[in-house]
Amino acid sequence: MWKQLLSADVLRGLGQAATAAGAAVAVMLLARTRRIHVERETTVALVRGFLQIVIVGWILALLLRGPSWTSIPILAFMMVAAAATSARRAKRIPGAFRASLYGIVVGTGVTIGLMTLLGAIDPAISTLVPIGSMLIANAMNTNGLALDRFRSEVQAHVGHVESALALGAAPETAVSRYVQSSYQASLIPAIDNLRSLGIVWIPGLMAGMVLSGSPPLYAAIYQFVTLAMIFASSGLTSLISTTLISAHAFSPAEQLVLRPGPET
Amino acid sequence: MGSSFEVVLRTDRLGRTVSGRAIVQDVSIEVRQGDVLGIVGPSGAGKSSFLRLLNRLDEPTSGTFFLEARDYRQITPRELRRKVGMVMQTAFLFPGTVAENIRFGPDQRGERLEDGRVAELLRQVGLDGFAAHPVDHLSGGEAQRVAFARAVANSPSVLLLDEPTSALDDLAKLQVETVIRDVVRASHLTCLIVTHDREVAARLADRILVLEGGRAKRIGPIREVLNVEATS
Repeated sequence: MWKQLLSADVLRGLGQAATAAGAAVAVMLLARTRRIHVERETTVALVRGFLQIVIVGWILALLLRGPSWTSIPILAFMMVAAAATSARRAKRIPGAFRASLYGIVVGTGVTIGLMTLLGAIDPAISTLVPIGSMLIANAMNTNGLALDRFRSEVQAHVGHVESALALGAAPETAVSRYVQSSYQASLIPAIDNLRSLGIVWIPGLMAGMVLSGSPPLYAAIYQFVTLAMIFASSGLTSLISTTLISAHAFSPAEQLVLRPGPET
Repeated sequence: MGSSFEVVLRTDRLGRTVSGRAIVQDVSIEVRQGDVLGIVGPSGAGKSSFLRLLNRLDEPTSGTFFLEARDYRQITPRELRRKVGMVMQTAFLFPGTVAENIRFGPDQRGERLEDGRVAELLRQVGLDGFAAHPVDHLSGGEAQRVAFARAVANSPSVLLLDEPTSALDDLAKLQVETVIRDVVRASHLTCLIVTHDREVAARLADRILVLEGGRAKRIGPIREVLNVEATS
């Protein structure tokens, strides 16, 4: 069994993982010389990330032999985990998890479903799950950025928000400026990725397709397809979650609850 | 004592407690139409917290208050805030022009404030011809006068002023104070003015409420209260 698990490819991969982790540890030690302490976080993230992806690799190897419907629970699980992760960015906003979950489920679910129906995503589990996970992961990052930006914008403009409320404005009007700026800021990475595609970076998906024998031109076009889908799903996710979260920043009596520090 | 109709605002043992700490406790006052009530007290006495309860920016945790004889819980927060205007220590103007700021309150109800009314409000606060000016070009005193005009534009029944001059330099302080006094008197506005400066209260208010530790220590005509305070 160990012989099967530790094939030549896996051993080579472990060696490469050790080398890459070594580079990350070196940066961590370099930061330490500047009195920037990220040792614990980095070590935990490296170990956790490695174990998670190896476990997922095993599970995928098993699931890829299964029927295509199994991609639905896999993607659903990923969506819930992504919502929980990005909701941590908005700890002080009540209902952040729910807003993130609705945003990610609708944003990525609609994109994945529509693109699969239109033939842009192959419904085979071996394609649907990796492409879907890319969309979900990017939606998670966009959502986290949007919520974090919304929280910090509102907390930095409590006076303006309360002045608007004090003049009889609806809560959604009082924070609309900050919803807009959070949405725009959250989409900057997705826009930059599209803008710099092929010039600054050649993404992993295209590299993987070329390595596995796909024609480079098709791989290049499909990479664009993927990034356009990422933009669509991330944009929809962020739009839904920022709209929902803006309502959670207020009490039922329309008082701002998302305030920095304790009340004095 | 006049009829209850004249009482625009009445608080009944109004209070707010947060995490077991009483910020405002059992404050019972009456404010009549056209009254200007100064609220003074040391730092942390609960002056601003008391005003925030009346605009319902914070929720009372005990007691109640009545606006024009209606319990505040029977009025929607937006309607209450339209009727109980508030000017804060800092102007907090919204990006855009002076006129857009003045129109903000009526806009929320779908009412368009006529150009003439905007010009009149600006004239009252000494900013004639400022309607099209972007707000980021205004001085601190000018910004505070716009904030005052913006609150008056909503035609409030009661106007709350929370240390409206404390963040300004001496000259601007004097200008803003003059504007407040003139507009309040001319429009017969009912006002509650929080200030840490008893001289400001003496110049602007008819009556004075002294708060200490969140409680109403004394309330009455300004000279009477200040004399008692000076001798006690």
